Amino acid sequence: MNNKTIITINNLAKRFPIGGGEFTALKNINLKFEAGEFAGLVGPSGSGKTTMLNIIGSLDNPSDGDVTLLGTSIKKINPKRASSLRKHHIGFIFQTYNLMPVYTVYENVEFPLLLLKKSAAERRKAVLDALEWVGLMDKIKSKPKQLSGGESQRVAIARAMVKRPELVLADEPTANLDKENSYHILDTMVKLNKELNTTFLFATHDDKVIKYLNRIIRLEDGKVVADDIIKK
Amino acid sequence: MIAFKLAIRNLFGAGLRTFLNVLILSISYVVIILLNGFYQGWGEQARTDSVKWAYGQGQLWHASYDPYDAFTLTDAHGAIPESLNDAVNEGSVAPILLAPATVYPEGRIKSILLKGISINQKAIALPSDLMIATGDEIPAMMGTRMAKSMNAQLGDFILVRWRDANGTFDAVEIRIAAIFNTPMPPVDAGQIWIPLKSMQEMLRLDGEATMIISGDESIINADLSDWKFQTLPALLSDINELIEMKKVGGSIMYLILLALALLAVFDTQILSIFRRQKEIGTIIAMGMTRKQVIAIFTVEGAMHAILAIFLGALYGIPLLVSMRKNGFAMPEYADDFGVPIADTIFPAFSLALILGTILLVTITTTIVSYIPARKISKMNPNDAIRGKIQ
Ligand SMILES: Nc1ncnc2c1ncn2[C@@H]1O[C@H](COP(=O)(O)OP(=O)(O)OP(=O)(O)O)[C@@H](O)[C@H]1O
Ligand SMILES: [Mg+2]
Repeated sequence: MNNKTIITINNLAKRFPIGGGEFTALKNINLKFEAGEFAGLVGPSGSGKTTMLNIIGSLDNPSDGDVTLLGTSIKKINPKRASSLRKHHIGFIFQTYNLMPVYTVYENVEFPLLLLKKSAAERRKAVLDALEWVGLMDKIKSKPKQLSGGESQRVAIARAMVKRPELVLADEPTANLDKENSYHILDTMVKLNKELNTTFLFATHDDKVIKYLNRIIRLEDGKVVADDIIKK
Repeated sequence: MIAFKLAIRNLFGAGLRTFLNVLILSISYVVIILLNGFYQGWGEQARTDSVKWAYGQGQLWHASYDPYDAFTLTDAHGAIPESLNDAVNEGSVAPILLAPATVYPEGRIKSILLKGISINQKAIALPSDLMIATGDEIPAMMGTRMAKSMNAQLGDFILVRWRDANGTFDAVEIRIAAIFNTPMPPVDAGQIWIPLKSMQEMLRLDGEATMIISGDESIINADLSDWKFQTLPALLSDINELIEMKKVGGSIMYLILLALALLAVFDTQILSIFRRQKEIGTIIAMGMTRKQVIAIFTVEGAMHAILAIFLGALYGIPLLVSMRKNGFAMPEYADDFGVPIADTIFPAFSLALILGTILLVTITTTIVSYIPARKISKMNPNDAIRGKIQ
């Protein structure tokens, strides 16, 4: 595949203040991602996977170095531009689903499209498509508290993908899914990846996900220890 | 627009909590409108009654007359100005002569104010034409309050003692020819009315009066030699002040209520923001700007006030309409308020009052919603998503 670079990470470091001192969560990271990659950050708990996704998604600032996302420097970006970038180009899947409790499944998935001011008809079609992908057509009117962990995770995935973003940042998207659902979701993601050239960047230690990745970046203690392209 | 839509969704999603906040806000609306309407109605009635029963369209006071000093009464009288002779004969002005006197109801001694008023007067509503003599006794009238305090009945004879202009004590029997019912204690309590002519003879003050009430502002409207003109607004200013004071007292109650309602909304907002910080972080991650988030929460809070208008209207309008029709029955001790007060007060609800109340409640609700919402703008979305902000 001959693709443009969508993420460039240069000498990235992230330190968190704790107590009196600092904790280094990421250091000396240099990576490049091209559009259409299906890549994963893999590593033990605490290795810095979520931290890196957050910085790439402009939810957090680098302490050193920079990330260039779709041509925009995350270090210099202003909050308004960051909002717009996230709104138009990024879909987040959080480790803890973060669904809106008072909204139904349908309304949760519809939310990103409301932000994009899509027409009612467009929204309806896109929401139903997304719910179809994750196999939740029968739960449209349910509220999050009526869903199982796996179902909540699928709603979160549908919400991230409904606007067909260029980049999906997925933090442990299969943590609460059984085998069958995991494969179903992953197949859907691969399909979107193929059809729309959507870039997927995972943070995971789930073997089922790892099997699907075509690039595995291993993190340990905030450092990249391996970066392998998998030929399929 | 999106803020509005989402705020509605959140509000209805929150169910009972929203309902309780809306309920207490709606009670604030209704109570504020009801109380203000009550004072408004009371004020209007008190002013109308005062004009009708006591003040006319202004009064001419003898220069020495001081209503707050009973000792001035011995000197506070003078010849009724000749220019008013026609008006006096027509009854369009009411000359009144005042003197302290003593009565002896059931063996007790009671100081009263004896008031002589021309029987043909039409300047105020006192039924002076009912003071008709059956023999050679003096016909008198009094209000129901005075009659009750003396335990006097229609037709009773009462012994009255007074001092004439020369300081000589004299006494006479008067007969109660009329007992009238008035909302105005100032023309009732502690006083007995007799015909002006009899009064002038008793005091040996022929053709004199203490004050002259004008039934029409075209007849008297300025000072006249020894006489000082009291304009109607000046006469009413005491009543206005008193009602204003009562109103301030009453507003403390609804300010407390409003404060409670605002506190409930504020509390809900603060709670929302901390309980929902994950949610807020998430919508920021999805690309909502901080301004939009603040807008959602502010609109969400302010919507409580808007919903409260509808809920308040639901039970408030029937309540206000029935109050307006049937009025508030006032307890008897209400006379002690010192302000003319009718048996029944009909509250007056003006559009300005209703709109003003809606504006007051909506604006204050919006402000208490905005303050916690502004806190969101200082949230790091990353910390918010992790639910780490305390
Ligand atoms: N806001 C923060 N303040 C302080 N320390 C933080 C903060 N966020 C992350 N850390 C620390 O940085 C390290 C990396 O955290 P991170 O969440 O990126 O790990 P992870 O690889 O996603 O782990 P897991 O697999 O458990 O999700 C951890 O030791 C964590 O405690
Ligand atoms: Mg993590």
